This record gives sequence, C-alpha cells and structure tokens, in this order.
Amino acid sequence: MPTLPRLDYLDRLEAEAIHILREVAGQFQRPALLFSGGKDSIALVRLAEKAFRPGKFPFPLVHIDTGHNFPEVLAFRDALAERLGEQLIVRRVEDTIQQRGLREPGGKFPSRNALQTYTLLDTIEEFGFDACIGGARRDEEKARAKERIFSVRDEFGQWDPRRQRPELWNIYNGQIQPGENVRVFPISNWTELDVWNYIQRENIQLPSIYFAHERRCVVLPSGQLLAVTEHLSLDASDELTTRQVRFRTVGDATCTAAVESDASTLEAIIEDILQAKVSERGATRLDDRISETGMEDRKRNGYF
Amino acid sequence: MDLLRFITCGSVDDGKSTLIGRLLYDSDAVSLDVLAALEEQNRTSAAGTVDLALLTDGLRAEREQGITIDVAHKYFTTPRRKFIITDTPGHVQYTRNMVTGASNADLAIVLVDARQGVVEQTRRHTIVSALLGIRRFVLAVNKIDLVGYSEAVFRDIVADYAAVAAQLGIKQLANIPISALHGDNVVRASANLPWYKGPNLLEYLETVSVAPDTTHEAARFQVQYVIRPQSAELPDYRGYAGRIQSGVYRRGQQVVVLPAGIETTLEAIEINQQAVEVAVAPQGVVLRLADDVDVSRGDTIVPADQAPEPTRELEATLCWMEERPLRAGRKLLVQHHAAKTKAVVQSILGKTNIQSFAQEDADEAKLNDIVRVRLKTATPLVADAYGQNRTTGAFILLDEQTGATLAAGLIETTELAYA
Repeated sequence: MPTLPRLDYLDRLEAEAIHILREVAGQFQRPALLFSGGKDSIALVRLAEKAFRPGKFPFPLVHIDTGHNFPEVLAFRDALAERLGEQLIVRRVEDTIQQRGLREPGGKFPSRNALQTYTLLDTIEEFGFDACIGGARRDEEKARAKERIFSVRDEFGQWDPRRQRPELWNIYNGQIQPGENVRVFPISNWTELDVWNYIQRENIQLPSIYFAHERRCVVLPSGQLLAVTEHLSLDASDELTTRQVRFRTVGDATCTAAVESDASTLEAIIEDILQAKVSERGATRLDDRISETGMEDRKRNGYF
Repeated sequence: MDLLRFITCGSVDDGKSTLIGRLLYDSDAVSLDVLAALEEQNRTSAAGTVDLALLTDGLRAEREQGITIDVAHKYFTTPRRKFIITDTPGHVQYTRNMVTGASNADLAIVLVDARQGVVEQTRRHTIVSALLGIRRFVLAVNKIDLVGYSEAVFRDIVADYAAVAAQLGIKQLANIPISALHGDNVVRASANLPWYKGPNLLEYLETVSVAPDTTHEAARFQVQYVIRPQSAELPDYRGYAGRIQSGVYRRGQQVVVLPAGIETTLEAIEINQQAVEVAVAPQGVVLRLADDVDVSRGDTIVPADQAPEPTRELEATLCWMEERPLRAGRKLLVQHHAAKTKAVVQSILGKTNIQSFAQEDADEAKLNDIVRVRLKTATPLVADAYGQNRTTGAFILLDEQTGATLAAGLIETTELAYA
C-alpha cells in the first residue's frame, strides 16, 4: 500500500489557496483575477492552474494599468496570458483620467496609485464582476492584517473594517446583494518569504526586474532608490546614480523603490529576504508613508 | 517545518496585543521600519515606553481607543516552528470576532490579569475556544510584575482556572506567569520569577504537539467545482474538484455520491493534473468516477464503507452573532462548506450559562449567546457531529436577504431517532 504523503507548511498554504480559488469559482457568477504582473499575482496564476486545469480558468485576468509600469512587466504579462491561453483584460488609468476629467497627481514623483481605485471600480461595473481575486497578504501591512479572506465591499467599493463578516473555519460566505462585490485574498496567510519559497519550489518564471541588474536611479531624501523613468519630473538638485538593484515588489514605477542587491538567482533572493531588516513595503513603498493609516484609508475608498 | 496556529484571548486590557507585540519584538520578527514607525507614534503619545500593542492594533479606531476591535493575523518563524497568531478582541461586543479566530486555531493562550484573576470574559473565551474544538490551552497570568511577582497570587489563579478547565474537559493546560509589558518569561526566562520552573511561553509554543492529522478520521470530500474542459483533446473529461476534508482517499475505492446515494468506483485522483494513488486531508484534488453519474457542487463523495446518513434534521450549538435575537420559527440559510440550503430553526432547546456552564431554558438567543437548537433543512446535509469531525461538523447560518453571517454552528447530532 502506498505511503501517505506528508504535507509541509507550504503544501498546506497551497491547499488553502486552491480551496479558496475553487470557492470563488463555485460561488460567483462573474469573478476576475486582478493581475499586476508582480510576484504575488504570478503565484496566484500558478495556483489557479493547479485549481482548474485541465479546464479553463473560470475568470479572466484583469490588469489595471496605471501607465507607470515597467515595460519588462507588461511584456511578461502579455506573454504569460498568451502561454496560458487565458483572457486578459487591460483597463488603463490614463483612459479614466480622460473620461472623468481627473487631475493628474502633481509633484516630483507623481504616483497614480490612488487613481487606480477609480479605474478598478469602473472596470468592476463595466464587466459586472462580483468577485475580484487579489494577491494581497496579511503580513504586508497592519490594515491588511485585519482583512478577511472574503472581504465584502459595498456598492461604492468601500471596505468597512467594523462591519466585516465573521469568517468561520474555512467556510467562506460569498452571499452578496446586487451592486456589492467581494475581494478575495487566497494567499492572505502567506508571508513574503513563503511566496519566494513557493516560486522557487514551483520553478515559476518572473519578470526580469526582480533579479539584480544595473539601473539609473534617483536617490530620494529617504535614501531610497527610485528608477529614473519618463514619468518623474527631475531637476538639477536631484542626485542621480547607477546602481546594481532589484525590485522586491513590482508596482507603479513612480512609487516603488528598488533595493540595492546583487542577488541574481532565486536562492540569492531568498537569502536576501532572510537577512532583510526592513519590511517589504517599508523598503519599497512611498505611498504608505503619507499617514499612519494610509492603507486603511485607501482600502475604505475601494482600493484593492 | 511544522505550523502552529494559535489565538490569544481573555478580557479587554489583559494585554493580548501587548503580548503578541512582545513575542514578535523579542523574537526579532519586527522590521526596523515598523519599529521606527512605532517609536514615532510613541513620541506623540503620553506613554513612556514603546507601546507594543500598536504592532497589531492596525485600525484607526483601534489606535484611537486603545482596544482591539477585529482579528489581526501575525506571522513569525523561529528555527523550530512557524506560527500564525490570531489576535482576537476582548470586548464582549466583539465576541463574534473572537469566535472567528478560535475556529481556525489549534491552541489558545488565555490571558488573565494577575490583579483581576479569572473574570467572566476569561470563562466566556475559554468556553468558546473549547466549544470550537481547541484542545490545547495556555493560561498566561500576565502583569505578574504588578503583584510583586507573587507566587501565591499565581497559584490562586491557577487553582481557579483549573476548576474552569476541569468543567470543560480541558486536559492539556500549561500555566505560565508572564509580564508582556516587560518581557518576563515571554521569550526569555525571568530573574524576577525564580520560583517558576517551567518553560517560558515561546519555549512552550515551540515544543507543544501541533494538531494531529486527520488521516485516521472517516474520509470526507465535498465537490466545490466541476471541471469540464470540453476541448478537442478532452471532450469527455469530468473532474470533481475539491478539498479532502478529512481522512484518506485511494484510487480504485468503492465510493458513494451523497446525498443521492449512487455507488461507483474512484477511477482517478489527480493533483496538479498528475494521477496519484493516494491523497490525504487537506489536499486539494480532482476526483474522477468510473460511471457517468450526476454530481454537482455541494455533493459529497465518500468511501462506501464510511458513508454517513444524509439528514434534514439536526441538533446544533450556535454562537449567535446578530443584534436581532433568534427565535424559533426563523427561516435562514445554512452554508455547510460548498453546500447551501434553506433551513428553519424549529426550536431553541437551551442556552449555556457562561458562569456555571449549565444548560438553562431559553426561548431566544441574544447577541453572543451560545444556544442549542433543532434545525430542519430543505435538502439533506451530509454531515458529522463536530466532536467527530471539526470540518464536516461545522456550518454557518446566513441571512437570506442580506447575506450576513448570523451564527457559527456546531453539529451535536444528526441522529434524531427520538424525534
């Protein structure tokens, strides 16, 4: 008789995530998987393959493109959707700005992160999505640590942390009213290190900017390094430098800092993360620093 | 590496959030930037020391009021074990969030303020934790510094709590004196507690046995989603995707599809499109059957020799979570994992007294009450008693109109022959 498989914690996290993805497929009429081209959503795509193959995904991949993305990430996004043979829907913040007459953020480092919320909510309405799967993790940020795996948003897309549904056992309640939608986070219980270990174990391909490379950067007053792109309005006072960097998280090029690193393999990246004294968001995100509750406030407004 | 999921519970101001902050801080699980933000916060507050509770109290309202409103999940790893901590609120008002935390935990740390001793919330949280199937408890007598590190105070509280634990049938209990604020006996042994000979809290958490696997339990699998590619290569493929809830599945087994009761053979078990001979809980799998039978989401596939009797009537314990009281006759929805059906509460059989744990007569359930009810469902459920199976014995009740989660339900019995 064959011996019973022994499951380690990564197997358990994987099983939990697959279970959640299948609950989405079973409970909702029009789900979507929010795909940014970053490592967390790439891991989600692998989990979706495990959950639904040999069938098709029961949802399209949806990218809310801020227009400030790294070209390497966009190329990777398109190639991945092509290889999977799955539908990719792209909606651009640029178009929302035009249609709604929104004001572009000013300043030297004009992040469109906040404007993404409008495009996301418009896209949800356009397609009638009732569930949006995202790659957010509770270890990222203290407001995220409070969020349910099935997180109900009202008809305005708002999150109300005081009115969250109890979430009991692994029974996920996706019963909603017309106009409401649910944000679903299958890898809530994964840490940054878990994701990297999974990427290594599964041999998952990533955009090249996750690995060490030379890049022209501007040194911010905080000491953080921001990639020089056409979106920044730099002047003579800015200190420019070329460094060996990689990205620990992939977001908007105007608000996601690079980290100095010569880690060019998954093994080296994992070693980097093990040694890191600064959290993922702390090292890389500029927009969480606006206020103590920056993330909570954005999520209340419908941010993913 | 194995994984321990635990909750912290106890009354408000017993120091749960501070304890978690201390565990994270003293085991170097707090990043420098997060610490810097914390110190910045403290500069603007009155407190003299770093307020470690702010590591978990992440919501604006929590920081304003200095209380925990909702569950926070925190993660840390030591060389010996990986931990998922669920920090649950102490306020009676937020008991439903405490139930949320307890439902997925393997161990509960019950905090008691050394100056207050065992109070009503200590009892309520212990009973909820025990009810939800937690078998391992730690009584952490906190703020021991505020009673002069007194062994006598500790002994008295341990004796009081031992009586509570005995009433609830709790067998695995460790008693540890700590000061979360100063770090005594949390991650390091304390010179202030020379009379205490046991392990410190982290040592205990690293060495206590984790949840036993469920491979010895009856095999249970519920269909979440039917995979039908209908492609040129796979025109006839039908796979039943779901998670093994308990026990073991083997290729070639005689199985029965419930509640319909159709017998067939388990032709294949697939994981990630690879055929396997055997799979165990909690693996996600795709099952394929030898015969073309009608199977849909919510159906259960079990080995023929382990099949439970589907039922439309059951007795259950509810943790009631809505402001509006529950009375007999109310219609609602039962969600038993992937199965969802209408139900009516036929009668309320009684209510648990939090002080004495005795069953009392009751004709309604108010917010946070623990009641025993009889339910009748529109379609049969394939379920077990919670005492036998922590997964298939659990369900939730929903409001038909709003979809709100109204109650956590634990099946006591599905055999109502006497009814």
